[in-house]
Formats: sequence, C-alpha cells, structure tokens
Amino acid sequence: MGLLSKKDKGLILDPLADNNPITIQVLGICSALAITAELKASIVMALSVLFVLAMGNVVISLMRNIIPSKIRIIVQLVVVAALVIIVDQVLKAFAYELSKTLSVFVGLIITNCIIMGRFEAFALANGPWKSFLDGIGNAAGYGLILVIIGFFRELLGSGTLLGFKVLGDPIAKTGLYALGYENNGFMLLSPMALIVVGIIIWVQRSRNPALVEEN
Amino acid sequence: MAINTDKNVYTVVFAAVMVIVVGSVLALTASGLSDKIKENERFEKQQNILYAMGVNENVDEGTVNFIPADKVEAEFTKYIKEQLVIEGDKVTPDPNAYLINMKKEVAVAKSGGTPKLPLFVGEKDGKKFYIIPMYGKGLWDAIWGFIALDDQMVVQGVYFDHKGETPGLGANIKQRYFMDDFVGETIMAGTEYAGIEVAKGNNDPTNLIKDDNEVDALAGATITGNGVSAMISETMNLYKDYLKTIRTN
Repeated sequence: MGLLSKKDKGLILDPLADNNPITIQVLGICSALAITAELKASIVMALSVLFVLAMGNVVISLMRNIIPSKIRIIVQLVVVAALVIIVDQVLKAFAYELSKTLSVFVGLIITNCIIMGRFEAFALANGPWKSFLDGIGNAAGYGLILVIIGFFRELLGSGTLLGFKVLGDPIAKTGLYALGYENNGFMLLSPMALIVVGIIIWVQRSRNPALVEEN
Repeated sequence: MAINTDKNVYTVVFAAVMVIVVGSVLALTASGLSDKIKENERFEKQQNILYAMGVNENVDEGTVNFIPADKVEAEFTKYIKEQLVIEGDKVTPDPNAYLINMKKEVAVAKSGGTPKLPLFVGEKDGKKFYIIPMYGKGLWDAIWGFIALDDQMVVQGVYFDHKGETPGLGANIKQRYFMDDFVGETIMAGTEYAGIEVAKGNNDPTNLIKDDNEVDALAGATITGNGVSAMISETMNLYKDYLKTIRTN
C-alpha cells in the first residue's frame, strides 16, 4: 500500500474532475470571474486558497467537537479571517514584495464560498488528516479551473501568457498580428469568464453523461 | 467526555473565549511585527520616489525593478537633495517629509483646511526633478503614486500603486506599459495646470502625441483610469501655486 489509502486518494482526486467545486458544485464562482483576466493572478489565487483551505480545514476539524453548532458559521469565518490576516502580516514583515502581490486577494480568499463550504460539509465531520487532504483536493480542483480560465482569457484577451507576448506584438504588428489578428478585449471582462466556465461545464458533462442532472 | 455544545451558556462562553484568544493572537502578531512592517513601508516609499525620478534597476521594457531595499536608504540620500513641506505660502525643508501621509493631507485639503504637502527635489546627472506624491481612489479602494516633473512641467516619470484594483484590469496601472506612457507628457494646457487624462479611444495607442494631456487607457479598467486622471488633476490643483514658482517656460 502506498502513502495514501484508496479513499484518501479519492479525497484529493475527486474534486479535480467529477466533483469539481467550480464546475459541479458551482462554488467560488465570484473569485473565478474576478481575478482570471491573467494567468499569473489565477496561479497566485489558486496557491493562496490551497494554503488557507488546507490549514483551515485542519483547524476546524481539530475543533469540530467543541464548536457550538449555533454559531459554527461565525467560528468558521473567524478562523479563516484570522488565518488570512496572520499570513498577511507575516508576509508584510518578511516578504514584503510577495505580500504586495497577495494583498489584493486577501478579501477574496476570506469570502470564497469553497472555504466555508468545505468547513461545513467536510471538516466538521471528519478527522484532521482527511480534512487536510480534502482541503488540498478541493483547492486544487478550484485552482485547475482558475488556471484554465486564466490561460484562455489572457491568451485571447491580451495575446500574452504570464506577461510574455506569445502571439507577437499587437502595436508593432508582428507574429499573428501581422496577419490581421486582433485581441478580443471582451475576453478581459468578467462575463467572458462565466462563458468559459460554461464551456468547461459543457465539455465535462458531455464526456461524462453521469454528471447530467435528470429533469 | 461529551460536552453539550447546544447549551446557551456554552455558546456564549465559547464565543467570548474565541474572541479573546483570536484577538490577542492577532494583536500580538500585529504589534510584534509592526516595527519590521513600518521599516518595509518606509523603504517602499523611498523606492517609489526614486523610481518616479528614474533611479531604478529596470533592465528591459517589461518589469518594474526598484533599487533593492538594503541599498535604498543610501541612494535616497544621494539623489534626493531637498525635501520640502508646503503649507499654504510657507515652504519649509523637512528631512522626514517623505513620511507624511498623503491620505490625511488630501482629506484636510478637501475639508477646507491647509494641508502639509511634501515635495521632493531630486537631482540626477545635473538635472533637477520635482517629485510630487499623489493620492486618490480607484474602483475598489485607494490608489496612490508619485509623479516627477522637470522645471518645464514635463513628466519625467511616474509610479502608481493601488490597494485593491482588479488583477489583470485596474491593477495594471502599476505595469510599465501604462506608467511609461506618461513620460514626456506635459501637464500644462496653455497656462492651465491641467494634469493628464487617461483617455479611451484617443487614437494614439503608442502615445506619440505628447502635448495632448492624454495617455491611452487600459481596456476594462475605466473607473480605475478615471481615478488616475482625477488623482493627477486634484494633485496639480493642490500644488499649482508652488509649481508656478519653479516653472521656467
């Protein structure tokens, strides 16, 4: 037997595909629309959520037997907010440049419904190790979709990837632009992120009909 | 041991303990790290001021490269010859003028008071730069920056930053391709201190026309762009009386 049991592997792998938080559970849509105009921001956001969700899941799971059920949502919010603020402060003191890049995301991480959703649905009912894996899996599933959306939006919207001009220079008219290609500025706007999410959902469901709901 | 977590008393006690614990942990972290954070912020301001006057480590056209934090203090004293505080008609030198919080001073000016306005005089290769801090608001939160002028009121460099503009859209005001467009633009329209407008569709995407008080806007970041325009013109309004005394054309 390897490092992870079959069940544990499922915790990590399921959210990547058939139980993806964005495309199947439709959670975390707001941040998926807000910050995916470029690939770099998508990657940073994915990593931040990975950290916060894994840590938060463990903390909530450790506290699961003593949290009063009436105020559990508030407790969850406090845990996320405290975690994010501490990380932000530590980065500000020791990795100032990095903290500047991340500060934009702090608010979006706290309000990300995937985090509350996993606390509520998983960490409150499972042990710390399983919760940790669940956190990693869901954050990775979320991050995967973010990176896909970010890839297409930056490529088609700005003609760049991670800031590199992969399609040529739109002003000097080199590369593809020499043939009359134009960037689609609409890709930079949030509605197109929603349409890209829609296309991903469509592709995923037509490949796996079991995911399609019966009317 | 089973605790009845549904009892009201337990809930209240739990909430109280949680608030105290989390509160103290956050307070401890914040006060323990505050010196280091303040120092970082001080270095950052010096880096930004120097960046606006062209003292930076930019190598290509792509990325912003500041003077490294461990060298910035020495470079700052080397290049910034004078730090002035302009309070109404009174102009006084102050070696800590760069620590003045522009947010407060802009608020003072808006409420009709007399703000203490910092201005930095830099010198590089025998050329004088007048560097002015700016503060305004973008779409979501604060935006700020520095603008370096010469004595002809032509922009020599700018630096913009923001607290929470949308990544990929408004956040791009701190990208080189946006900031570099300002270089060479004049803030004067005749004898007016007009500032520079971030304009959509000015038919000048490569910014060849330098005397139109316009630079090309960022797609999808209208409100942030308008915020930058407003910030520059408001700053010019605050500083124009002093700028008149140094303008030579």
